[in-house]
Order: sequence, then structure tokens, then C-alpha cells
Amino acid sequence: MASRAGKIGAITAACGVGLLIFGSLGFLLPHANIANLTAADIAALRFTLLQTALSAAAACLVAIPLARALFRARFWGKAALIRLISAPFILPSLAAVIGLLAIFGRGGVLNDALAAVGAPQISIFGLGGVVLAHVFLNLPLATRMLLNGWADIPTERFRLAQSLSFGRWAMFVHLEWPLLRALLPSAFAVIFLVCLTSFSVALILGGGPRATTIELGIYQSLRFEFDLSRAANLALMQTALCLIGTLVMAAVWRPSGLGIGLDRKVLLPAARLDGFIIALATLFFALPLAAIATRGMAGLIDLPNGFWMAAGRSIFIAVTSALLATWAALMLAMARARGAGIWAELAAMLPLGTSSLALGVGAFLALRPVMPPQNAALILAIFFNAAIALPFVYRLLLPSCRAVETGYSRLMASLRMSSWAMLRVVFLRRLASILGFSMGLSAAMAMGDFGVIALFGAPDQPTLPILAARLMGAYQMQAAASVTMWLVLIAFSLFWLFDHLGGRDAGA
Amino acid sequence: MKTILLAAGGAVLATIAAAETPVLNVLTYDSFTTEWGPGPAIEAGFETTCACDLQFQTAGDGAALLARLQLEGAAITADVVVGLDTNLADAARQTGLFAPVQPNETTLPVAFSDANFVPFDWGWFAFVYDKKQLSNPPKSLAELADSDVKIIIQDPRSSTPGLGLVLWVKAAYGDGAAALWEKLADNIVTVTPGWSEAYGLFLEGQADMVLSYTTSPAYHLIAENDDSKAAAPFDEGHFMQIELAGKLAGSDQPVLADQFLTYLLGDAAQTALITTNWMYPARTPAAGLPKGFETLITPAQSLTIPADQLEATRQAAVDEWQAALAK
Repeated sequence: MASRAGKIGAITAACGVGLLIFGSLGFLLPHANIANLTAADIAALRFTLLQTALSAAAACLVAIPLARALFRARFWGKAALIRLISAPFILPSLAAVIGLLAIFGRGGVLNDALAAVGAPQISIFGLGGVVLAHVFLNLPLATRMLLNGWADIPTERFRLAQSLSFGRWAMFVHLEWPLLRALLPSAFAVIFLVCLTSFSVALILGGGPRATTIELGIYQSLRFEFDLSRAANLALMQTALCLIGTLVMAAVWRPSGLGIGLDRKVLLPAARLDGFIIALATLFFALPLAAIATRGMAGLIDLPNGFWMAAGRSIFIAVTSALLATWAALMLAMARARGAGIWAELAAMLPLGTSSLALGVGAFLALRPVMPPQNAALILAIFFNAAIALPFVYRLLLPSCRAVETGYSRLMASLRMSSWAMLRVVFLRRLASILGFSMGLSAAMAMGDFGVIALFGAPDQPTLPILAARLMGAYQMQAAASVTMWLVLIAFSLFWLFDHLGGRDAGA
Repeated sequence: MKTILLAAGGAVLATIAAAETPVLNVLTYDSFTTEWGPGPAIEAGFETTCACDLQFQTAGDGAALLARLQLEGAAITADVVVGLDTNLADAARQTGLFAPVQPNETTLPVAFSDANFVPFDWGWFAFVYDKKQLSNPPKSLAELADSDVKIIIQDPRSSTPGLGLVLWVKAAYGDGAAALWEKLADNIVTVTPGWSEAYGLFLEGQADMVLSYTTSPAYHLIAENDDSKAAAPFDEGHFMQIELAGKLAGSDQPVLADQFLTYLLGDAAQTALITTNWMYPARTPAAGLPKGFETLITPAQSLTIPADQLEATRQAAVDEWQAALAK
């Protein structure tokens, strides 16, 4: 590690994450007792592993042709389309479920079409539905990660390939395979870990207790049984899965070795299938989104009391936590790219494998002797949301940080650049696009997060997701749909704004 | 200098006055305190009579309230807890945090007495359907299980209505409960974590019936002028949920807490509860029930499980449910 300042930043970020996670889980861990594991817990572990592995594999497999098609194709509105298909990732999970049911559910578009041609009806409920929903929610992230990778392949390589008259196979072997080899483990791991803590989607679309995840077990043991020992076992299981996943991925990862170029725009011939793939993906993303929009439209103007305060609170949490997450991720990713040990990676990935309910309960217990926990709800919401976004942002930044390090470290060293100059002149400039995307993504995710505020019970400080949940609890489904619609609109605007500020359109 | 002293003195006096207004902390579930819930009316009404400041603390739902009690233990700062129910009462009592309460006159359809809790409202669980979509609803749990009617229920491991249904089947069928669940399995479209997801999916048309309350159609009728929803009366009888309030032994405002419990069962609060919580009042107000409630079904039999058997029954019933549906 060349620079002291950089190292201090990374260590600060790592300690912050560690303090937040273990400080909160500290109350629970002493209760762990593996002897208490039940058959139901093992079944939950098995189902969790099965659905997460299938979801992550499916999302990655679909993302490969989609990202390649998006990279090659040239058409009007491409940048807008790329942003639009990122939307599902930031949807609140119940909104996503309702959107998917409008298309794939009973009386949905697909079943109506099947009925029209006399084909049998399909049911979305079951493992298939869980995987479908997770692909819907996470394909955007996988696609963006791969797309950024394609955009990072130096133009000179493509030129060389063209002048050597590479066929499709040679192109794949020499350019695309090294790229996928470097990016897929990362994308797979992130999606695997997102789906690991899925709770509502897995339960609702899973169709019942067969689809019990570890997270549901934690919820049950903390909320209904007050069985701290079982909650601790399950929380530890989840954290262990996260750590194992991160280590395996770090072991599988290989650098792409494609080097850097002069950033000229590449013009590749589009394949005939590209248009078809893009059209299909657009339908898959747009139809459920349109269904959500239609439901929310009716009451869009007639907003419930307290809406604007809740919106302001949500936006404040979103922007501050996005800044915090992006800063921490940049410090850790730069440190890792510049040779720091696996600790930087583990610190960045840790929050993904942690149950947010267990975290919230822990923070509640830790704060209570010091102050009324509801007074700290807003501040904690910022830190927790930053922690939740950190792993994604880290994964997004790391490949580009590595590319910069590979390409410019010698130049930076020979110029004896200070770490501040390195950050400003090289990293921030090279990473502007991905930083904008990361900021947008983490801000949008924080907008939709239910979060610790709900758990701490600060009744007069609702955020938009809490407002929507309260409306639903009071039979106000229409008003809840409108609030959700606004939530998605604001989240998407934040995402669009930051992604746009990042400058260079990703992949376009 | 004089003015500064005066101002300082005034500020001190103001602080003392503020400190002297006693604060009553009421811990309740989230939806109680929203603008659509009974909280605002009850807070305003009680504060005009008590010369005190009523402050709400919230936790998600009834089960979350219990978890909060268990987490906080003796350090709890609330004076009164509003929103536990009969299925959670025993576990709540075992925390040892509750003071004895005076039993109150109620108009519940079943006999009720509890040393630590007073009921403030109640309802029967029922399957709700759309009359325009389902013309011939099943007349019993058994008929439902034999039919191909599609239902959405809540998970008993994360929701109070979900637990209510499992206890309903257990109270009605005893040792035959597992067999009934196996027959019900193919009717269940899906299981949701909480009531609002299930009800939302039902309104979206994802199932013919949803587990809710016999009073749910009253909301649609009174608040939305929509008479299309109805609850199906079942021959086995309907399981009851009775919502409870209790006073904490460690409260520093025991007199105010008693006053509040009395107020909660008075006409004003009971009237407010009917059309905000959409449940039956524990003590019917003098003016009776609002227009529209006469259209609701009245189950022939009310099912309950005795408090002392509840803890053992609950665990066994949930395990049975899980085993039957996981097949």
C-alpha cells in the first residue's frame, strides 16, 4: 500500500462497519448454541441455499446475453433504456410482487393470453416464482455489472480482434471469457447474498412454509418466541454463509488481464439476435413496472397527510447514506485494489449476510441505557442503510479500481502523486461513471428500505415505506399504492440524477 | 440586567411548569397511532380530562409489543400497554411486568376475566370474499377444504391473524386438525408474512377468499360505500381475537394509568375504536353500533382456547400446520 492516507480511510471504514455490525449483534451472539439446531432450521438452511443459488445463477446467465446485446446494439434512447431497466432493483419488495402478479399471476396478462389460446394456466407460486422474482429484482444489477465490464475492455483489443478477423468463438475465448471470469463470480456472489436475506418475496411467492428462509426463522424467533438462542444460531448461520461466499468468490476470481486503452468509442457489429434479446428483456422489466404505475396513478394527486414530511425524511436518509456508503466503498475498494488484504473485502461484504431485524434489535438494546432509542432512529437509519448498500457499491467499484490500479499505478508512482491527488486526478475521474451509478443505486435502495425506524417505533417520524405500510394496515390499499408509486418515482429520480451526474453514460 | 434575570426566572418557571405536567407513556402497535387509527381521537379526548400529556410509543403489531416487553424487561418506560391479545396474554403475564387491574363490565359474547388485562375491542376471524366473484361460498372449514376455492392466509409464525387461524382449526378439530390442514393445502394460494399483504393480494384478485375479520366488510361498506365484500359464516364457529390493555407495575403514573384504562372503556374511546380499528367495542357505547354493522354476519358459536392451555397448544398447532403444508 503506497499511501498512508488511503490506508487510514480504508481502516476507518472497516472499523466503522465492524463496530456497527458486531456492536449490534453483540447481544445475540452469546446465546448461540449449535446443539439447539432443529430439523426446521436445517430445512430453512437448505431452502435458503437452493433458492439463492438458483436465483443468482439464473440472473447471471440471463445477464450475459443481455449485457452483450446492450453493449453492441446502437439505437435511439439506449442510455435511457439502460437506466430504466435498473428500476426493478430499487423496488420495494411488495410492489415488485404485486407487479409480477399482475403479469404472471391469476388473472394476469400471461394467463389471460394462455386462456385465449386454450392453453393450461400457470401458477407463479412455488420455487419457480421465487426465482422469477429474484431474477426480476436482481437482473438489472447483474446486467449493469457486466455492461460496465464490457465498456472497460479497451477499444484497442476489439480493433486488434477485428484486424485479426476473429470469429465469434475466438472473440469469446480471448476477450469475453477473461472478462466474464473476472466479473461473474462477483455478480453471482452479490446476488446470492441479496437473496440470502430475502424474506417477504420468498414467503409470498414461495406459497407457504415449504419456502421458509433463515431470515423468516430469525423473525419468528425474535418476534413470536423470544428464543434468543435460536435467533443467534440462525443469525450466525447467515453471517457464516456470507463469509464463506465472499472467501470462495475471492478464491475463484482471476484478473481479466485485458489492460487499459485510450478510451475511444468502440463500434462492434450488432448481431441479429441482439434486438430480440433487448426487446424481450424490456418487456420483462416494463410490464410489471407499468402494472405498478397503473395501480398507483389513480390517487397520485390526493396524497395522505404527512406525505411530504415523510418524503423529505426519506430523501434525507437516502442521500446521506448514499454518500457514506460510496465513501466507505471507495476507500475499501481502492485499498483492496492497491494490495490490501482480504480484511477489506470481508468488511465490505459483511453487512450483506446480516439479518436487519437482528441488527435492529441489537442496536435497540445497545442504545437503550444511553438514550431513548426512538430519538436515534433517523441517525441509525442513515448508518444502517449505508451499511446495507456498502457491499453492492464495493462490488461495483472494485473491478474499475483494479483496472485503474493495473493501468496507472506505475505512472502515479513515478509522478510521486499524493494520495489526495491520486484520488482527485485519477480515481475520481476514471470512476466518475460507476461512482454516479453507485450513488444513485444506494440512494434509491435506501428510499425503499423499511428499516430500523419501523422497529424502533418513532410514531411521528414515518418514512415513505412506513407510511405505505401503515396505509395498507388501515385498509387504504389505494393510497398505499399511490405512496409506493411516489416512492418509486422519487427513488428513480435520485438514481437517474446521480447516474447522470456521473457523466459518461454506462456502456453507451 | 434586570430583564435578563427576569427572563431567566421566567424560563426556569416555564421549565418547572412543563415538568409538572405529568406524562403518560402508552406503548401500542403502529397502526393504533396513525391518523386512520384510534390514537389521535383517544389522545385528544383523554388529554382534555387528565391534565396530562399522553405520549405514544409504538412497536409493529401485537406480537412486536410482546417482543418489546420481553426485550426491555423491567427497564421499560411505558405506563400502559394497549394492543396485546388473548393469544399473547399469557406470555405477556409471564414477564411479571404487569400490575393487577380492576375487572370491567364488558359486552363480549363470551365470559372473560383476567387479573392483569382489560379487553378494549374484539373480533371474529373469518374468510372474506367478493360477492360478485364467489356466489356460493363454502359454509364450513370442512367444506372449504373439500372445495376448489382459493384462499390466502397469513403465516402463524409472523402474524397474529395467521396464528388465529391455526388456533381456530385446532379449537374446532382438535386431533383432526392436521388432517384438515392436509385437505386445505391445495386451497392455499400462498401464505403472507402479515395481514396487509394478504388483504392486498385478495383485493388484487389473486384469490377467492382471504383470512380477515367478520368486520372487514363494514370498512368497505361504511368508508368506501362498497357492499360487495362479505364474510362467510362457518358451521364450526369462529375463533375470537380479544385485544387487551394492561398497566405496568413499574409505572410512575399508576393513577393516570388507571384513569386511562377507564377512559379506554368509556363511550368516547369505544365509539372511536369501532370505525378506526374496525373491530367490535368491548363495551357497546350508548348510541349502539354504527349503521352498516347490522349487515355483518354473527357467528352462531365463538371459539376460544383457555389461557392456561394456550402456550402448549400454540406450539403444537403451528408445528402441525407447518408439517401439513410442507408435504
